[in-house]
Amino acid sequence: MAYEGWIAACEEEDIEEEDVIRFDYEERTFAIYRSAKNKYFATDGFCTHEKFHLADGLVMGNHIECPKHNGRFDYTTGEAKRAPVCQALKTYPLKQESGHIWIRIN
Amino acid sequence: MSDHGMIIIGAGETGARAAAELRSLGWTGRITLIGEEAHAPYERPPLSKQMLQEEDQPSPAAILRAEQATEQRIELRKACKAVAIDTRNHRITLNDGSSLTYERLLLATGAQPRKLASPLPGSDTPLAWPSIHYLRSYGDAVSLREQLQPGKRIVVIGGGFIGLEVAASARARGCEVTVIEAGPRILMRGVPEAIASLVDARHQSAGVQFKLGSAISGMSSSGKEYLIRFSNGEALACDTIVAGIGAIPETALASESGLAVENGIRVDERLATSDPDIFAAGDCCSFPHPLYGGRRIRLEAWRNAQDQGTHAAGSMLGAAAAYAAVPWFWSDQYDLTLQVAGLPDAGTTTVHRSLGAKGDLFFHLTAENRLVAASGIGGPGIAKDIRLAEMIIGSQAVLDSKALAQPDLKLKALLPS
Ligand SMILES: Cc1cc2nc3c(=O)[nH]c(=O)nc-3n(C[C@H](O)[C@H](O)[C@H](O)COP(=O)(O)OP(=O)(O)OC[C@H]3O[C@@H](n4cnc5c(N)ncnc54)[C@H](O)[C@@H]3O)c2cc1C
Ligand code: FES
Repeated sequence: MAYEGWIAACEEEDIEEEDVIRFDYEERTFAIYRSAKNKYFATDGFCTHEKFHLADGLVMGNHIECPKHNGRFDYTTGEAKRAPVCQALKTYPLKQESGHIWIRIN
Repeated sequence: MSDHGMIIIGAGETGARAAAELRSLGWTGRITLIGEEAHAPYERPPLSKQMLQEEDQPSPAAILRAEQATEQRIELRKACKAVAIDTRNHRITLNDGSSLTYERLLLATGAQPRKLASPLPGSDTPLAWPSIHYLRSYGDAVSLREQLQPGKRIVVIGGGFIGLEVAASARARGCEVTVIEAGPRILMRGVPEAIASLVDARHQSAGVQFKLGSAISGMSSSGKEYLIRFSNGEALACDTIVAGIGAIPETALASESGLAVENGIRVDERLATSDPDIFAAGDCCSFPHPLYGGRRIRLEAWRNAQDQGTHAAGSMLGAAAAYAAVPWFWSDQYDLTLQVAGLPDAGTTTVHRSLGAKGDLFFHLTAENRLVAASGIGGPGIAKDIRLAEMIIGSQAVLDSKALAQPDLKLKALLPS
């Protein structure tokens, strides 16, 4: 479902606290995070090092650790935080509306 | 300090990491990275996976490209072999006869595939064997992939990780594959039987044949095909033979220079050899692991190569820290991923946890219920839990083994905060 560029991605409770899920839309893949403080964020789904799904990685504080080579990003800003990743991760605007999560991917 | 700088022998995973880390830790002097191979450092894990499967021949996956080396002022000497170390004068000799002096030296010489004994045990005729494939280098992978044509009969000797990955890749290329294993089951080293049997079943459903507990008594070639004979009288004809029967640490240079060797170049917890200015790291070294009571181990694993390379760089610059990373290994076969954190054989009991469609986890605990290893098999979804288990292993926490079996108990909750 899309509305003025916003796409319905999932429900708030689909994601556990301090965790991440994968969201595929058309040909693209995203990662949607819920922080320990119940804030939600969205980034590109693939690591910028190689094409591995970040949603299989571990959320620790504001960081997502890639499951393949343990590179890390700050998922709230997209910043690369630990080698071997050096390229930042794209982040996307996200909004919550009565339990639904929408992201804008353009 | 002189301007001789840091020398690293072996431009593989470990050596490349160490060189880059020396720079990022602020070493401004010379760094020379010496590698026998013709290529700049490249990744080995794809050699048994993508490298064999892809339609067009892939190039080596670079770890440190020549331009990056130049940028970081790392003198990369390719196709160059170190042949001697004069420890008293801090000097190494290269195969072109030239020599270089070092402030500190790192041996990151890796390992070489174990070769089939010739003559075979119990026989006195040497193997009349034109070419058995082994797999360690990019060149090895290129010559093996040429043989993996649809319909070709491939025999893999050895049911370890590399042999099984080759078997899966050969099936993907449409070959007929038989795996010969001398032991009673595949993956005898490093994974519990429950995982080995899941892997075995996956290979069988992909059409791989197994000959377990099979001792080879002889081999011959008719010019057209190869014939492998077994001690029970059976024989097997094939077009190509690949052996994956383990690896031997590359220690010649170390032992010839009088450094202690014990299942690899012997290092202490900082990764220093018996000479305080020489360090060793990666597949070539054996080290005492503090999480396992100081037990001396040698690993052949990608992440360890990286982490020890990084750690050794610090030690070369004087850091005192002990290397205590939890061992971690993965293997990919078909759509299966297998991951092992820790040392399963250090445990006395195993607890199983099903993750449903995502896969299966096995926790390995000591008699005191301390987690010493976790192994997982399934899809990429096992990665999160193995990573958490790794952190729990590192924390040396004592756990409730019954709770571990319950999938609704979050591993995160077991982490000491
Ligand atoms: C086919 C294959 C698949 C693998 N898959 C996995 C996997 O899925 N998961 C995993 O965890 N691990 C895997 N590994 C293991 C991992 O690749 C190794 O642990 C890692 O490469 C070790 O790095 P190293 O630098 O210590 O040794 P190496 O990578 O072997 O590098 C050592 C280098 O030193 C050079 N050298 C040696 N002696 C000299 C000398 N005297 N002078 C100059 N140069 C010298 C060698 O030519 C070599 O290039 C795999 C290995 C192979 C071979
Ligand atoms: S793929 Fe993510 S760190 Fe390498």
